[in-house]
Amino acid sequence: METKERKGAVLFSKYTRGEAIKKAISKTREDVLYELRESKLKGRGGAGFPTATKWMIVAAASSDEKYIICNADEGEPGTFKDRVLLLEYPQLVFDGMVVGGYTIGAKYGIVYLRGEYEYMKKSLEDYLEAMRKDNLLGNDILGKKGFNFDITIRMGSGAYVCGEETALIESLEGNRGEARNRPPFPVNTGFMGKPTTVNNVETLAAISHITIKGGEWFRKHGTDKSTGSKLFSVSGDCEKPGVYELPWGTKISELLELVGAKNTKAVQVGGASGTCIPKSQFDRTLAYEDAATGGSIMIFNESRNMLHVLKNFMEFFVEESCGQCTPCRIGNVKLLEGVEMIEKGEYTFAYMNQLKDLGDTMQVASKCGLGQSSPNSFISILENFKEEIFNGNGGHNGK
Amino acid sequence: MLVLEKNAMTEEIELLVVKFGKSRSSLLPILQDIQRSHKHIPDFAQQEVARLLDIHPVEVYSVISFYSFLNSNAKGRNIVRLCQTITCDMAGKENVAKAIERELGIKFGETTKDNKFTLEYVNCLGMCDQGPALLINERVFPKVTPEKAVQILSEVK
Repeated sequence: METKERKGAVLFSKYTRGEAIKKAISKTREDVLYELRESKLKGRGGAGFPTATKWMIVAAASSDEKYIICNADEGEPGTFKDRVLLLEYPQLVFDGMVVGGYTIGAKYGIVYLRGEYEYMKKSLEDYLEAMRKDNLLGNDILGKKGFNFDITIRMGSGAYVCGEETALIESLEGNRGEARNRPPFPVNTGFMGKPTTVNNVETLAAISHITIKGGEWFRKHGTDKSTGSKLFSVSGDCEKPGVYELPWGTKISELLELVGAKNTKAVQVGGASGTCIPKSQFDRTLAYEDAATGGSIMIFNESRNMLHVLKNFMEFFVEESCGQCTPCRIGNVKLLEGVEMIEKGEYTFAYMNQLKDLGDTMQVASKCGLGQSSPNSFISILENFKEEIFNGNGGHNGK
Repeated sequence: MLVLEKNAMTEEIELLVVKFGKSRSSLLPILQDIQRSHKHIPDFAQQEVARLLDIHPVEVYSVISFYSFLNSNAKGRNIVRLCQTITCDMAGKENVAKAIERELGIKFGETTKDNKFTLEYVNCLGMCDQGPALLINERVFPKVTPEKAVQILSEVK
């Protein structure tokens, strides 16, 4: 498989394997953390929690064992940047984990790879084996006395919710992947009850660059609140789908231009759990403070039926809800039924408004990010495309 | 299950427990290995895993029922999964699905009579830039067309 990549100035800049590890172990842990804090790097999975804060808490915790987990359970519809990073730039990800091990004082790193990506497992394991041979993993790494660290790969088994960090930890512990109550947060009570940091594949890759080039260099890219660059997984109606590295703060219209999208009606930013942005708002920027995303950009042109798109998303959430908490388990089913009612033309506006209220309730009452974000597309598509959905085609909707 | 089969299964699971370690966190890797070699996790295997890890069989079943890539009912030798997420859908998933159904004579969710194929839908395979995507066992096939999909299936043993 050939992936189209647009190489930007940050993540896809030049990097040689082991560079970041060498640099990190020549400094103190505090200095590595300092650079990370200066970079203002935020988690690339989508939630945008400051990575330095996460690492500092784990580094400060006193425990005989700590863990660093790489969240490679990339399940959000429309996201495939981690696939490209792991297949073509594993050095960035693994070196980032070793730097993390050094900084927070962890001996073990775990990569939680989604079951769908099993075809990568062999090559990643070979890569880790080569790192062990070159003493980039193992005991006294690169001659640094007492710095022992190793990485294992664990597979997921096709559950989207396991991308949520506490569900991921449950899964690693051999349980159903059901999210935990937070607090306690994984930084205090994570894998096996020990302090654990869970970081996205792309976050770790960014850390390798920050360790070498410094936080100030990283901050030069992007905006004030969203520093650095982001990998965007672009798919849907465009000439050049693929992975694009762009600085945060790029306008949606600029991105559409770049990927050769024509007659675009809507852009789904952030996957099924993200928001649907109509043409009138294409001057919005991609950034944590505006249209936030873990990287998924799906483009829909004028020929697409937005109700069909919404139905696809709601079917996804009904299937992937873990069923643990009521707002998510029942709420998503109700929202899907609502979409089907519109499809058949058997709806009332009063009920649709009730469903929007239900969506608001799910956003506050669900236990984890899945249920909190699943009504986003329902609310944004019905709001932004009400003309098409309720009045279009003479009110006959999908038919 | 025949006694001989049962003994072989017990032996297999004992080896897996040694390989991954006797702890609850080994449960998923052990189940994944059984799933890979048998295409499902039979009741007897669930009981044996529970016995050897010293947990209740219901715990094992609850984990299997949670994950969509683990199953306790027998399936075909090859599991064919077609991505149903929106970008693959827009790229022509429906036509691929119909072609496969016609060719194998079964619907999605079913297994062929000769036990060779099970057809399933799957959520996003992470191949959105190259859809429609097909996952056969562990291998992924991007940009399939109806014709190509049937061709790929004919080459599967």
